[in-house]
Formats: sequence, C-alpha cells, structure tokens
Amino acid sequence: MSTNTPGFRTSTKATSAQKRAPWILLAPFLALFVLTFIIPIISALFQSFTTVDRQGLFGEDGVVGRFAGFDNYVTALQDAGFTASIGRMLLFGIVQVPVMIIACTILALLLESASARWPGFFRALYFMPYGVPGVIATILWSFLYVPGLSPIVALLQSWGFAPDFLGAGSVLWSIANIVTWTYTGYNMLIIVAQLKSIPGEVYEAAKMDGAGPFQVAWRIQIPLIAPALVLTTVFSIIGTLQLFAEPQILSTVAPAIDTEYTPNYAAYTNAFAFNEYGVASAQAVIIALAAFILSFAFLALTNRPPKNERDQKKRAKRDGLEARRALQTRGTSATGSRPATGVANRSTTTGAAPRLQSDSKGAEA
Amino acid sequence: MTSEAIEAPVTKRAAEPVDTTSITAHQRRKLDRTPASQIVVTGILVIVAVYFLVPLYWVVIAATKTTGALFATNGFWFGGEFALFSNIQQVFTYDGGIFVRWIANSVLYSGVGAVLATYFAAAGGYALAKYEFRGRQLVFGTILGGVLVPGTATALPLFLLFSTMGLTDTYWSVLIPSLVSPFGLFLCRVYASASVDTALLEQARIDGAGELRIFHTIVLRQMTPALVTVFLFQVVGIWNNFFLPLIMLADQKLYPITLGLNNWRAQVDRLPEFYQLTTGGVLVSVIPLVIAIIVLQRFWRGGLTEGSVKG
Repeated sequence: MSTNTPGFRTSTKATSAQKRAPWILLAPFLALFVLTFIIPIISALFQSFTTVDRQGLFGEDGVVGRFAGFDNYVTALQDAGFTASIGRMLLFGIVQVPVMIIACTILALLLESASARWPGFFRALYFMPYGVPGVIATILWSFLYVPGLSPIVALLQSWGFAPDFLGAGSVLWSIANIVTWTYTGYNMLIIVAQLKSIPGEVYEAAKMDGAGPFQVAWRIQIPLIAPALVLTTVFSIIGTLQLFAEPQILSTVAPAIDTEYTPNYAAYTNAFAFNEYGVASAQAVIIALAAFILSFAFLALTNRPPKNERDQKKRAKRDGLEARRALQTRGTSATGSRPATGVANRSTTTGAAPRLQSDSKGAEA
Repeated sequence: MTSEAIEAPVTKRAAEPVDTTSITAHQRRKLDRTPASQIVVTGILVIVAVYFLVPLYWVVIAATKTTGALFATNGFWFGGEFALFSNIQQVFTYDGGIFVRWIANSVLYSGVGAVLATYFAAAGGYALAKYEFRGRQLVFGTILGGVLVPGTATALPLFLLFSTMGLTDTYWSVLIPSLVSPFGLFLCRVYASASVDTALLEQARIDGAGELRIFHTIVLRQMTPALVTVFLFQVVGIWNNFFLPLIMLADQKLYPITLGLNNWRAQVDRLPEFYQLTTGGVLVSVIPLVIAIIVLQRFWRGGLTEGSVKG
C-alpha cells in the first residue's frame, strides 16, 4: 500500500475529532509562525511605505506616520553605500559560492573515493567548524589577520611577502575565507550523504564499462549529486545576502569596512543608528526579494532536464537503434532491475526518503 | 568516449566471478586503490585538515600565554610563562562570573528553544503529511516560503513588533523566534509522509485512541530519527545566532555566549588584558561544541539526505 496517501477519509468517514486534529496539531506552530514571520513581513512592507514626521522642533510633540509611496525605496536605492553593498555581495557570491561548492564537492568525492585513508576522521574534522559560531570564527580569524598578533602574517613577512588581510581591496576576501572555513564542511556533509545513496551497482556497472575514477566522478557521481549541489548553492546564496556578523565584527580592526558594507549591515545602521525605520524596512524588503529572485532563478536554471539526458537523446538519435539496443542489454544484465541508463535520471535519487536509519548505520560501518 | 565505453565491456563481465552480494560497495572499491593514489589523496586531505585546524590550534596556544607573550612570541608555539590556568580562572571570575551566566543563557536559549521547536515542527509536519483538510496546500506553501526568507530580514520588523509589546530586552525576545523552524517542519513532513504507518494509525483509532494520543504515543516514536536531526539543527542555529540577540538585548546579563565574547573582544583596544579573556573564553566555549559536533556528526548525514533529496 502507499503510505503517501494522506487522509483517512478514503477508508473511514472522518469524524469531527479527525477534522479538528490537524488544526490542533498545527496550532502552536502556526501561531508562532504568524507572530515571527507573517506579521513582521507584513509590518516591514507597511513600514517600507510609511515615513515618519516628527512634530515640533525636536520631535517632542510625538511622531506621525504617513503614506510615502515608494519614497523609502527611492531613498534606499539612491543611497550609494547601499547599492555599493549590493554590488559587493554579488561579487562576493559570484566568487565565494562557486569556490566553496567546488571545494566541498572535491572533498566529498575524495573522501568517498577508494583512495582516502581514515575518511571518517577527516569527515568529522572538516565538519567541525560548522559548530563554531560565526562570531567566534570571526574573532579567531580576526586575530590571525591582525599584524603583530598573527603568526600567519609574521610567517609570510619572514618569507618576504607583505600581506594585508584587512586592506580595502582584500578584506572582502578575508571575510570570504571565514565563510568558506565555516561552511565548507557542512556542505560537504550534504554531498557525502547524497553520494552514499548511490547504489553500489551503478559503480559496478561503470567499472565493467572500464570507467576510471575521474570518469566515474564526472559522469556518474556529479550528475547524481546534482540535487544536493542545487540545495547547497541556494542556501549559500541566501546566506551571502544575509552576511552581517563577519563584517560587523571585523570593522573594528579593518577601517575599510564602513557601516554599509553589506546590505544587512546598511539596514541595521539605518534602523539603529539613524532611526530610519522606513528606509531600513525598504532595505530589508529588497534583501528578501533579492534572495527570492536569486534562489528561484537558480532553481529554474537547474530544473531543466539534466545535460546528460539531453545528450543521451541526441546520441540515441544519432546512433540509432544499435546504440539503444546496446544500452538496453547492458542495463538489464548489469543490475537486473536498474537500467544503467538511469544514471543521469534524477528520479533514482529523489525517491526513497526514509533513509535515516540505514544511513546512520552506514556511518558506523 | 561514451559509445566505446558502452560496447567494450560486454565480454569482460563474464570473466569476473565476483560475488557482489557478500561485500559492500566500499570494500569492493577498496580493492582497486593503488598506493600512489592513496598517498596523493590522503596528502590532499591532510593539507585541507591543517587549514581547518589552524584557528583552533592558534587559540589553544594563545590561551596559554600572558598578554605580553601573546605579542612577543611565535603564535604557533608555546612561549613565555604557561598562564593557561590563570587565564581560565580569569575567564570564570571576571565581572562576578558573567561568563558562566552567558553560557547558561546560551544553554537555555538553544536547549528550550530547540526542544519546543522540534515538538511544534513534528506536530505540524505530521498534520500536513497525514491529514487531508481544506487549506492544507496553502498552509504548506506559506511555510515553505518561510524557509527562503532570510532570518535577518524578519529580525528588524520583529524588533519593532516586540518593542511595542514590551518584549525587547527580555529572555522572551530571543526565545520566541527560536521556537519556529520552517525548515524543521518541512523535514518532519517529508519524513512523516514516508515513514509513519497509516495502517497503524487506523488500528489505533479503531482501538479508540484519541488523535492527540496517537500523535504522542505512536507518531513521535516513529519520527524519532527526523526529530533528532531537527533538534540538532535548531540547537546549532540558535547557539550560533548573533543578529537576533544583538538587536533584541541590551542587558549584558541576558547575553548568549556569542554576544558576550564579542563584547569582550571589542574592548581589547582599550584594555589589552581582554585579549586573554577573549582567547580563554573562546577556548572554553569552543571545546564542548567541537566535541559535540564530532560525536553527533553522523546524525546530520541522514537528516540532510532528507532535505537534499526533496530539495
């Protein structure tokens, strides 16, 4: 039977208790969700279209809000510091996100390759920075960036370099290093989990076909871990737009970091230093919209049929029946149930959700 | 290359009488590793490991030094007087033991927050997975949107909302937002729809069990693996959060450890002894986290497959 079929209506007539139950179960979550997500989002939208007039010379006669149209958005986007911060985050995201995703993919593939010694040890070690709060990671790295305190700077100087980790041109990449240090192991773990879900027969079939380790990685493992790569990339994009703690903490040692260094920092400054809640809200809305648009754009881009499938269709056309027959015989004899052509087929990885138990057992083994 | 690869091996297969059922894929693949590739790959892994360890190694060394030696001696090796114990003692006693209070606050925020968040996410996820009711898709769609909303985008309006309610600068201001995990609900829904046995629920109903009792006695137990994952995610998320407590809290006594240590670090320019407090405090606070992460690491794997598979 299908456990996915919800609803008891199909078998028995739902009693009133059964009709009430889902709402009772959902109530605490929904109440808190409304309080901490829906109301703030609506009020941010509302605030972003409101401006506050202070009555009296110093605002001593109270404040009056009035509808301001898109004034706050215009102010926010005309603020050179804010637009520069958006550009900075785009640059940061274009460089740091791919570097991190490529690095964690390579690490995951190496750890899962036959050639790695002590993979469990290295996996745990790489994951460890994820448990170190971003604030503490930034404190640690900031000490490693400051000349006079940092042994890294001292070491590089003794080799004749003059490193400046906190200069105007380099501090963005020093922040990128902190983010990469913190999250590479975490993303690697997602990919390792996906790699572990690839059935052994697929490797077996590839080996039979004479594929070397690089071909296995490029033609089998990477297409099959594509969903995990998409997920980690989307979360990394959202994370990039939220960047705040790292630049805020580094700003005390790096004068190049101003109070509008990242979009979030700019919104924070507007709200708490200048009490410009309308502009700050407009900026928060812009950040959230940007996160949505970038995430959906990336998802749309990657949801096209995978390249291998398109290639395979082309190839099948070109090679005609002969190739197709070869594929079929190979598929049926190699695994019995799973055609090897399904290697690039995503549905093989998207099914079978409850893998928790078997996976954690696999970790111990 | 593909077409050659497809044709070539057909004859080769018969010659290999490997019993594929008795050995695991990993063991099987171990058979074809060469010493050279093993040295290269492990060498790369060691170099990467050094990168991940450098900051933690540095703080271990730095915490053993006096402030003077911190600047005068090589940062990668011990030097000067061995001051670890006096530094640690300073950390715990400074300002009437406020460090202990910060740790306790962090434990409170992340412990209570994560337990309740997991419970609420489980109840909601199960309801969305196993009941059919009007508005189900709408509710789920809205919550899913919440996964993509940057936490910091809601923090600001949340501060304004809480300040009108008089909640800012209280424990509640950090605790309440920590009780909601849209991602946790998403994981719970995926897991419940695939692994909670509908027939068992029917059976319990026939036996006369109430809906809530079924959830508490049968469903929660069946969802345990997912609950562990959601709980751990939430603990780390709350423990590492900086933006929310930063804008909500003014009173140092309510600070979590992240905010407290940052407060100490911000004073190093004026008072150099804060270097020792900060490095000592970082060391003390990081050790339990690192141990917990390494011990609990395997619980993340399963849960993340859930998310990534469906994502």
